[in-house]
Amino acid sequence: MTALVIAEHDNASIKGATLNTVTAAAACGGDVHVLVAGHNASAAAAAAAQIAGVAKVIHADSEALAHGLAENVAAQVLAIAGNYSHILFPATAGGKNVAPRVAAKLDVAQISDITKVDSADTFERPIYAGNAIATVQSTDATKVITVRTTGFDAAAATGGAAAVESAAAQADSGKSSFKGSEIAKNDRPELTAAKIIVSGGRALGSSEKFNEVMTPLADKLGAAIGASRAAVDAGYAANDLQVGQTGKIVAPQLYVACGISGAIQHLAGMKDSKVIVAINKDPEAPIFSVADFGLEADLFAAVPELSAAL
Amino acid sequence: MKILVPVKRVVDYNVKVRVKSDNSGVDIANVKMSMNPFDEIAVEEAVRLKEKGLATEVIAVSCGVTQCQETLRTAMAIGADRGILVETPADLDLQPLAVAKLLKALVDKEQPGLIILGKQAIDDDCNQTGQMLAALADLPQATFASKVEIVDGKAQVTREIDGGLEVLSISLPAVVTTDLRLNEPRYVTLPNIMKAKKKQLDTFKPEDLGVDVAPRIKTLKVAEPAKRSAGIKVPDVATLVDKLKNVAKVI
Repeated sequence: MTALVIAEHDNASIKGATLNTVTAAAACGGDVHVLVAGHNASAAAAAAAQIAGVAKVIHADSEALAHGLAENVAAQVLAIAGNYSHILFPATAGGKNVAPRVAAKLDVAQISDITKVDSADTFERPIYAGNAIATVQSTDATKVITVRTTGFDAAAATGGAAAVESAAAQADSGKSSFKGSEIAKNDRPELTAAKIIVSGGRALGSSEKFNEVMTPLADKLGAAIGASRAAVDAGYAANDLQVGQTGKIVAPQLYVACGISGAIQHLAGMKDSKVIVAINKDPEAPIFSVADFGLEADLFAAVPELSAAL
Repeated sequence: MKILVPVKRVVDYNVKVRVKSDNSGVDIANVKMSMNPFDEIAVEEAVRLKEKGLATEVIAVSCGVTQCQETLRTAMAIGADRGILVETPADLDLQPLAVAKLLKALVDKEQPGLIILGKQAIDDDCNQTGQMLAALADLPQATFASKVEIVDGKAQVTREIDGGLEVLSISLPAVVTTDLRLNEPRYVTLPNIMKAKKKQLDTFKPEDLGVDVAPRIKTLKVAEPAKRSAGIKVPDVATLVDKLKNVAKVI
């Protein structure tokens, strides 16, 4: 029994989500191999070989794999899928994009967003925005899984010494091509990896106010910035900042919710945070029911005051 | 070009579901059901493409119980031209792989140029069906779309990815799944609801399409998540800073 982890990487380095996925893979019970499918990705493959608990790294390199196109990455996984009992992807935008293609081609069900491994075929996963936890058992020979990274500790990024094996790259599907990307450049930590997150809601009223109020607090705390769906819907914040059921699932050490009422869809994305602070002027806001520290106050006064006090 | 839009009937997003006392599932008897919000965005996008003259017909499809007809009528009130229901028994646990196979059979039958689906259903939160359909039908995919343009017989799709956006160009036919910001679905008007009642709605059984819909995943138990208890209210910012520094020790 061997598990294959599909690494999340940027060709130069391994992304943190891969480490949590390795931990989930190890819990399935066998050896753990990691596939690094990319272009000029030797550095990423070398980094994967350092991850504690990884027995082997498979490195497939071609231009067709440079941008993680689902058709090409899925074909690369399928080329070696027969060797594995479990195939695990991190439940990131990239992992969610590719995993179901692999499962469908193998004619197996996919188990999405697992938060716990009970046994080699039984897993726990949240449903209905985390309002229920389902324990599910797969009857398929191969388990294709996406891993909710907040459910598993990160494996140590160093300490391993796995062999790196090259695999022949599969041909480009020819049906999809990458045209460009706009990746927000800033010095803030990545939302899903941040130790502290400050998050703003609809109460901020405009994108100008969102930046004006939230940025100084994030700067003071060295925090990532998040937003509720309401704030994203209203255009106050970019969609990739969205925390919640259909956005990012986060579990930082400290989550500061400013002007967020706490709809169940939002709570689904952040209630596993270690410490939650809520600043809201509505005493009845549901966010207070999950907050360790609630401050009933107007955020336009309280948040700048908090930024100044830090 | 035909556009196929699969839609799912789910518990309304405003309903807080309760876990059944025997831990066999969540209680959805007598709760409000609606179209999955991401699917509404998918229907809207398809109808807009038709209004721009880029599509000739929009076909809504739903797989599930008889009442999915209501979901299809809603899709037709938004502007879909006709509906197809693949009816399955109420006691069947219909899973994404089976739905993808049913849709693949309909793609073979209808030969659409584009299939637009919601990225995720808000009940099982699986985020699988669109990608699975693309794989089974051997089509390219662009998931989590925030902008769709048809240029020179290809779809140019802006996708929401971790950290920002990316643009893909995919050959048609193709599968697109919708993200939140793709569009804002219109409100359905009473005249359009009345018109939708007269539109064509065909019903098939999985057997008619030659698809095995047996579930592959067994649900052993459904439980309440661990409860997080409310903490304390603090009177002012100074107390908050003190608690974070000295009690929680997180800053």
